[in-house]
Amino acid sequence: MSRRVVVTGFGGLTALGHDWQSISASLRSNRSGVVRMQEWDKLDDLGSKLAAPVAPYTLPPHYDRKVRRSMAPVAVMSTRASELALEDAGLIGDPILKSGMTGIAYGACAGGAEATMAFGRMGEHKSLRGLTSNTYVQMMSHTGAVNIGLFFGITGRVIPSTSACTSGSQGIGFAYETIKHGQQTVMIAGGAEELSMGPTAVFDTLFAASRRNDAPTTAPRPFDKKRDGLVIGEGAATVILEDLEHAKARGARIYAEVMGFGTNSDGAHITQPQMETMARVMELALEDAGLPASTIGYVNAHGTATDRGDVAESIATQKVFGDSIPISSLKGHFGHTLGACGSLEAWLSIEMMREDWFAPTLNLDEVDPACAKLDYITGEGRKLQTEHIISNNFAFGGINTALIFKRWN
Amino acid sequence: MRPQDVFQTLKDTLVEQFDLEPAKITPEARLAEDLDLDSIDAVDMIIKLQEMTGRKVSPEDFKSVRTVGDVQQVIEKLLSTPAP
Repeated sequence: MSRRVVVTGFGGLTALGHDWQSISASLRSNRSGVVRMQEWDKLDDLGSKLAAPVAPYTLPPHYDRKVRRSMAPVAVMSTRASELALEDAGLIGDPILKSGMTGIAYGACAGGAEATMAFGRMGEHKSLRGLTSNTYVQMMSHTGAVNIGLFFGITGRVIPSTSACTSGSQGIGFAYETIKHGQQTVMIAGGAEELSMGPTAVFDTLFAASRRNDAPTTAPRPFDKKRDGLVIGEGAATVILEDLEHAKARGARIYAEVMGFGTNSDGAHITQPQMETMARVMELALEDAGLPASTIGYVNAHGTATDRGDVAESIATQKVFGDSIPISSLKGHFGHTLGACGSLEAWLSIEMMREDWFAPTLNLDEVDPACAKLDYITGEGRKLQTEHIISNNFAFGGINTALIFKRWN
Repeated sequence: MRPQDVFQTLKDTLVEQFDLEPAKITPEARLAEDLDLDSIDAVDMIIKLQEMTGRKVSPEDFKSVRTVGDVQQVIEKLLSTPAP
């Protein structure tokens, strides 16, 4: 049994707004969400003081104490983004949510930073002081996924796609496979990341975080000759996937069809990307979709602006799609939103396909000669009509993902 | 904490910790039915009481607690024992 899977809802909280209209306006005016984090000055040995925090948002009153008590910021954002997405899909209050036929595939790099620190203090001070009944559930890696489930009374399967930078894309991929094989009818899929100094420190230690502290919006610079590393971003993005027949039967608005998903791993190095397996994952998605590479009209790159990552990704992309494939990365606008980027970029790529316009890679002024030749979209973006797009993401540990979406006509 | 301050301190704590309406905190108010507190909240209340009193609270002390007044009695009992 193989079902067709479609996208029927989007919701997100991002550095550049919380709906497509605001985000689109920001993309079209080349606005960056990157700012200098003054409060990070207290860490002398942290070289990178840049981040792209989520824009302010207000929670509706029904996010009361009991709802919020088990939620770190990452879970609040996961839940609110999912509520916006279910609203968009017209599924709030639909009996399908509590029927056991709706599931969740959702991830993030980790749970809440504050809660994690509470356990850190326990080890340091040899005291349980500061721990509450909810500290663990706020810290655990699947906190976003289960809080979404609790909030909507979901009784289907929960797949925590906690794989750092591929959390969101694996969420969509596993959700797609779950519906395709008939195990669920609707899936709430995506990823989120709350901002803390930790991830920036991780890349700072690896000399892979940008230090353009005096010119925040000029970083990060994916594929650019003068790139000096990534900038960590914050946000959440949820994509609602649905069995095509179910979506049609209820007269849902369909944004796109999920055509293919590929995921594999490098099995080689904990941080260094491997271009052979990166290329292979794109082929896996094409094979799953039953499409030749020539049908893909746009590549949404992972493009984090790290030294090695951009080079490896560009070579892998060229190997599969040739040197005239249009490509851009949204990391210049949003920074690297880690757990959220996979679903955020899938969402925005589908919206761009629907508008026949694709955003440029912000801050890409001069392509690094070490990167493979591709049709890098720069400047004011590109008017482009295509039936199929691919969105690629890569994570530490060598996890690779590729998602192919088809325009819904 | 002075004995005469116990109720007011408890009230302030419950209001802050559980986002409750101050007017709802009376000695007769039932924790579950009137204040919508559940087992997880009870754990956090015990943790807070330990901080407030400086005494270790055992789950047995809380077994028969149903109302705010019952909690007040537990605190008073704890305070009557010597501090560690």
